[in-house]
Amino acid sequence: MNDDLYQQAILDLAKSADGAGRLDAPDGAAQGDSPLCGDRVRMEVKLENGRIAALAHEVKGCLLCRAAAAAIGRHAAGLDAAQVAALRGEVAALLAGADAAPAWPELKCFAPVRPHRNRHGCVLLPFDTLIEALKS
Amino acid sequence: MKFSANEWRRHFPLLANHPRLHYLDNAATGQLCEAAFDAVTHHELTQRANVLRGTYKLAEAADAAYENARRQAAAYLNAVAPDEVVFTSGTTASINLVAHAFGDGLQSGDEVVLSLAEHHSNLVPWQMLRARRGITLRFIPLTADGRLDLARLGEVITPRSKLVAVTHASNVTGAVTDLAPIAAAARAAGARVLVDGAQAVQHGPVDVQALDADFYAFSGHKAFAPNGVGVLWGRAEALAALPPFLGGGGMIGRVTAESSTWAAPPRRFEAGTPPIAQAVALGAALDWLRQQPWQAMRAHTKHLAQRLLDGLAVLQELTLLGPRDMQDRLPIVAFNLAGIHPHDVCQVLDAHHVAVRGGHHCAQPLMAHFGVEGAVRVSLAPYNTEADVDALLAGLREALKKLK
Repeated sequence: MNDDLYQQAILDLAKSADGAGRLDAPDGAAQGDSPLCGDRVRMEVKLENGRIAALAHEVKGCLLCRAAAAAIGRHAAGLDAAQVAALRGEVAALLAGADAAPAWPELKCFAPVRPHRNRHGCVLLPFDTLIEALKS
Repeated sequence: MKFSANEWRRHFPLLANHPRLHYLDNAATGQLCEAAFDAVTHHELTQRANVLRGTYKLAEAADAAYENARRQAAAYLNAVAPDEVVFTSGTTASINLVAHAFGDGLQSGDEVVLSLAEHHSNLVPWQMLRARRGITLRFIPLTADGRLDLARLGEVITPRSKLVAVTHASNVTGAVTDLAPIAAAARAAGARVLVDGAQAVQHGPVDVQALDADFYAFSGHKAFAPNGVGVLWGRAEALAALPPFLGGGGMIGRVTAESSTWAAPPRRFEAGTPPIAQAVALGAALDWLRQQPWQAMRAHTKHLAQRLLDGLAVLQELTLLGPRDMQDRLPIVAFNLAGIHPHDVCQVLDAHHVAVRGGHHCAQPLMAHFGVEGAVRVSLAPYNTEADVDALLAGLREALKKLK
């Protein structure tokens, strides 16, 4: 059932908006757009020795996109670019149907998105934007 | 003439296969009508062959079916002659054809006039032309409710205008464009007129002669016919003045190793094997549609849209995009629920077997005009019923409860 998408865990995660906002003088920043729905994510990071020291995001998007960005806001501190890319791979695998539990427990709430392929991009957009911010 | 939506929907096999479905995404694609389905089956089972070249009976039958489809499309559009109908793969291909065949004859300083309400298919091809030819794009501004601001036509249609390309009806708001003053201003400036009819044709026959346009584009799949086929209608002299867009078989007069001459329209613009069975089915669909009681059908969809607008009006924190009434408007309604993303609304509605679309609807400049990224869009067809509208409204109440 589609209703399963909107379980309490995902609603709470989205509403937490952890990490929402902007940084002063970020070391890296990127903006990601979804061509499907026009959603837009901005990610800003401050780095120390190649690792995320601080992160902020702005999301104009759906609950799934906001929830994914909040998970990032909650857990991304301390990660380097390779770890973020690996995490993105875990989320993509989860959406593709993999059984392995992702490193962040919150990400399990995205499992019901699996059958809705057009929504996978909503979950992945914040991760992809963060990867671009780390490259910038 | 009487009309019953419940009887009419029997002509749409998919709806019978999904009895619980409330299909309200007709602006994206209409369901395939029985006439089109039967035409495809008949054609593929009894007269499948390539067109234009064969001298055997089967190929002659395919030729006859294909040209009959051209006549049927011409009749639906009240075109002067069938040869004014060019089969394409759809509205996008039709507009791109004009953007190349007509547009590549333009030069720096020439202007193409669009509106800010256009679907991307009537915007991006012109941006690409601007990059190729250095032309200038000008935009008819919009009123607060998203209609073309005709009071300001004089600001954008000038003696430098070579083409005015506008939508017949918005795919987001349903607002029907008052084309007469636009065509008149274009004529006065010596500009051609192209009308994007993608949303209009499924709501009844069109009279291209009365519209005073030069080109009219639409897609089969929105008119209850298969996808992969569409029409570019062009006034005979407008088509005759154009070079071909795509080159290949079927569009030539004579070919030597060094050069080619072109066939007369419409074949000049139908390079390669056309979508034959799809065109035959489109012709059958349009022929069937032409015989329907449109006055009663329009009254029916107008009644449903008004019921929808009335139901939306009592929902808190709902913002309508576009006109608030049914004056000069197709049964298409777009809106947002405050704080809830359109995709989330659509997903909850899907759980209630209500199919609607959320997003920018390939009209991002119009979204920017309204100050939003996207919207939920409900688009009705004559086979819809009050039960469909009521299911949508119940689903929206559920979405508000669940997602707010």
